[in-house]
Amino acid sequence: MVTPEVRFLAAEKIPTLLKRLGERYRVFAPVKVSETTVLFQEYREGVQIVLDRQTTAPAKEIIFPQTERLLSYTYRKDPEDPQKIELQVEEAPQSAPRTIIFGARPCDARGFRVFDSVFTAGPYEDPYYSSRRQQTTIVTIFCTQPQNTCFCTSVGTGPTDTEGSDLVLTPITEGYLAEAITEKGKELLQDEAFVSAQERVEEAQRAKEGIKLESELDLEGIPQRLMELFSTDFWERVSAKCISCGACTYLCPTCYCFNITDEAAGLEGERVRTWDSCMFYQYTLEASGHNPRPTKAERYRNRVGHKFSYHPINYEGMIGCCGCGRCIKSCPVSLDIRQVLREAKAYG
Amino acid sequence: MASIPNPYLPQIGTVVKVIQETSNIKSLQVVLNDQERMNSFRFEPGQVAQLSVFGVGEATFVINSPPTRTEHLQFSVMRAGEVTARIHQLKEGDPIGVRGPLGNWFPYEEMKGKDILFIGGGIGMAPLRTLLLFMLDNRSDYGKITLLYGARTPDDLCYKEELQQWGQRDDMELILTVDREFPGWEKKVGLVPNVLRELAPSPKDKVAITCGPPIMIRFTLQALAELGFGDEQVVTTLERRMKCGVGLCGRCNIGTKYVCADGPVFTLAQLKELPPEL
Ligand code: SF4
Ligand code: SF4
Ligand code: FES
Repeated sequence: MVTPEVRFLAAEKIPTLLKRLGERYRVFAPVKVSETTVLFQEYREGVQIVLDRQTTAPAKEIIFPQTERLLSYTYRKDPEDPQKIELQVEEAPQSAPRTIIFGARPCDARGFRVFDSVFTAGPYEDPYYSSRRQQTTIVTIFCTQPQNTCFCTSVGTGPTDTEGSDLVLTPITEGYLAEAITEKGKELLQDEAFVSAQERVEEAQRAKEGIKLESELDLEGIPQRLMELFSTDFWERVSAKCISCGACTYLCPTCYCFNITDEAAGLEGERVRTWDSCMFYQYTLEASGHNPRPTKAERYRNRVGHKFSYHPINYEGMIGCCGCGRCIKSCPVSLDIRQVLREAKAYG
Repeated sequence: MASIPNPYLPQIGTVVKVIQETSNIKSLQVVLNDQERMNSFRFEPGQVAQLSVFGVGEATFVINSPPTRTEHLQFSVMRAGEVTARIHQLKEGDPIGVRGPLGNWFPYEEMKGKDILFIGGGIGMAPLRTLLLFMLDNRSDYGKITLLYGARTPDDLCYKEELQQWGQRDDMELILTVDREFPGWEKKVGLVPNVLRELAPSPKDKVAITCGPPIMIRFTLQALAELGFGDEQVVTTLERRMKCGVGLCGRCNIGTKYVCADGPVFTLAQLKELPPEL
């Protein structure tokens, strides 16, 4: 018998489902950690799962951790010849455990698609990211209540976008309609928590149709437009408030820039990669002291330019922003990237 | 799962020779420990590699020995930061990490049959050395070869022994200059762009390849334009702070281009396509 690709998942069954899945996978779900904060955490019995709002931080670090070891090394003195030093270098394992991200949003999935275009498409592939990505199943919830900072529909995704997800859930009465998008998604539907959907399919259809988020930004021609503005004072003006804190990049599902540093402990140590941010002065600072992006104007120009100009030019039109609005919500000086793009269109 | 080649994993090599070029520049000759890998190490003139001193980190250097001479890989390192300071402490027999070859290379195919004008300043001689030796090893493919090389002082010129040899060859011309008069210095005195103006080479059937400190490049490009060199006839290399070296970490972009993966070699025509963020 072929497993149907559409099933019903009762809300009350979710804890037992996650517990069972936890026996075979690492399972991450949005967990309430304070009155105002919901974060993806590894599921444990008894935590409070929150599925009706966007998480405070995106799912990115589950596949692209904030810090990870790439290599380890050991220097050894040759006992026969103390002048001679031997070096051994080992790669960190690239075998990831099977993982489920339960309760992602279409913008989370889109974030990973942006990462995929850089990390897995070649010519050089990132083996650490790739292995984790391959081993991860993304279960996405459609957004029945987009927030006023959400603008996913403006950047080519949307609250019911299935791309990049393996299984999608439409919120309906007492639970969710579950639809498998990929084989990995189908595999999950085999769990007994998923039952026949029957007449609920129609309700889900209506629910999906009821989800409305009008595109609010006209990004037509914006890649070229931003290039035209490159040498103008536009960037100085729009970035005047920025305090270069980097919050926008750390909470961004599509920001992937990283640093590579060595951590030594005596004769051995590790080479690690950590998230970095183009909003920091040090990011492009050269050993000579020269800095091609000395002020926040150039740095802000790079952040917006990378997402809305360079990335779409390099990757067949794919905008490097998923419209999640986190940079808008988290910016201490209320810089709104939507407003900057609108002004860019009108400038000059 | 099929294993993906790890772009972050350096090969382990051994420093076989250290040459003190100037007071703050050393050249290291390196062989990879794995003999087979050393034999099969293929690269093009102008490509770079990341050298690793584990515990401190990596930095990018052009492979300045040409692919036509395969007994070792040579890198010239100016002491400027933490990593380069550590590289300067390495001695013969010490291990070193090598990740490469990376990046693009000089368009030497398109230069065939043309006259070649190298214009170098200071440590900028390193990439030029690769291409010059490569061309000397394929001498009949190219027309007249001229090297104009300058530094602040006579001591700041790299590859002094080779400069002597090149000066004696009759199949190339060598012009050396230093910024001001020095006792015993009998060659030219003056900044590279000014000496270039004085030499006034004709742009006809010529390619100019220039590497050096940013300020020298800026004025050299000006001088070349004044002499009538077209943007397609001028080739240079860019430097940018790098980490991954393979277009993944996002660090080295100038607009849509990554200096590590799309560069470091650009024609002036290509440079002019990039947004001004040098
Ligand atoms: S730039 Fe802002 S809105 Fe776009 S993906 Fe990043 S955090 Fe979300
Ligand atoms: S969050 Fe706001 S203040 Fe902080 S770096 Fe981003 S734009 Fe600047
Ligand atoms: S050095 Fe990482 S992208 Fe160029």
